[in-house]
Amino acid sequence: MSQQRKAVALISGGLDSLLAAKLLLDQGIHVEGINFYTGFCVEGHTHAIRKKDKAKPKRNNALWSAEQLGIKLHIIDIIEEYKDVLINPKHGYGANMNPCLDCKIFMVSKAKQWMEENGFDFIITGEVMGQRPMSQRKDLLPVVVRESGADDRLLRPLCAKNLAATLPEREGWVDREKLKDFSGRNRKPQMALAAEFGFEDYATPAGGCCFLTDKNYSDKLVDLWQARNKKEYELDDIMLLKVGRHLRPAPHYKLIVSREEGENKFLKGYKKQFSSIELTSHNGPLTLVDGKLSDEDFKMASRIAARFSQGRDADMVTVKITGPEGNEKTIEVPPMPASEIKQEWYI
Amino acid sequence: MSHYTLDARNSLCPMPVIKTQNKIAELQPGDLLEVVCTDPGALNDIPAWCRINGHRVKETSEKGDEVAIVIEINAG
Ligand code: SF4
Repeated sequence: MSQQRKAVALISGGLDSLLAAKLLLDQGIHVEGINFYTGFCVEGHTHAIRKKDKAKPKRNNALWSAEQLGIKLHIIDIIEEYKDVLINPKHGYGANMNPCLDCKIFMVSKAKQWMEENGFDFIITGEVMGQRPMSQRKDLLPVVVRESGADDRLLRPLCAKNLAATLPEREGWVDREKLKDFSGRNRKPQMALAAEFGFEDYATPAGGCCFLTDKNYSDKLVDLWQARNKKEYELDDIMLLKVGRHLRPAPHYKLIVSREEGENKFLKGYKKQFSSIELTSHNGPLTLVDGKLSDEDFKMASRIAARFSQGRDADMVTVKITGPEGNEKTIEVPPMPASEIKQEWYI
Repeated sequence: MSHYTLDARNSLCPMPVIKTQNKIAELQPGDLLEVVCTDPGALNDIPAWCRINGHRVKETSEKGDEVAIVIEINAG
């Protein structure tokens, strides 16, 4: 009997990677999944933060995909290494701050490293030719092959028939005839194949697999870099960009105002890193303050925070300002009228 | 057989899963690992990870804002 070949599949949690892996499993290939966590992935945490989402079942779609396929999944933390991909993308950004092409090259090169360390034979991805404007354009698929170093050990089962035969096909490990020739933005062939395999309830993320394709999120990231005069970030920074209302009333400080109880609880975890504003006279949100503020700035920030509280119509409210070291100060301020909150403060 | 604990509090999914996975890589079949988390999503994600990777969740519990998951390590 011939040796069973092993493929490592990039599993994003979306339908395409699920189908790509399934096509190979059905050919008797041993498949294990790999999922990379950049810190920007849509998976996971946001529903842990926002209380209103609690009714929805929480599920990590990459784990769900692996379970449907009956394969192992290795989740790899690439938060640190990914910084360089996002901060200096050789091929630039997409419509927002998404460096999709560099991201794909990086992930495939990491998968290649994993393949070699674990004695696997080739890599599979769910890429479909022409599906996404940046990373899956026909002329760009070879760039991923070349720059990742995966060369002809990178197989894209969903569009393989449109591409030159790769090593697994030429060696007969995989029957090319059973692979697909999908291309373009039409999702119907994938949906039909999903139905054929009996997959239901799969994830259908709009846009892309991460927050960087989201305009609002990207604006907040650019604002962060501009305010710091440096393109850099830590995991906490990028988590906080997902939570609350962000307002920058002046170039030197930003306010993060929670929108509901879940966010309040999440932001509380950052009280040792930031100054915070809480109302004591009325119910209201927790507001974190990012920047160096004068007493006047704190007064203004407190008036803004009061705007989002139940004391918004009161003449005066009492707020407690707590520094990162725990030092507290209480002041009274009139809530800012809605008309004075400038639209351009919202990031 | 040894009993280990892993503090994954204040980290958001999938970090508790990644930490669990990396810790388990150091353990032996038969060992027990108790993971403590504050992200309730871990109650779904860690058992799912265990199911697909062949480990057994012996017990889960919730106390206040914390959840604890006890895993028995298998050969995987
Ligand atoms: S959407 Fe995000 S994770 Fe997906 S390829 Fe683009 S940058 Fe990478």
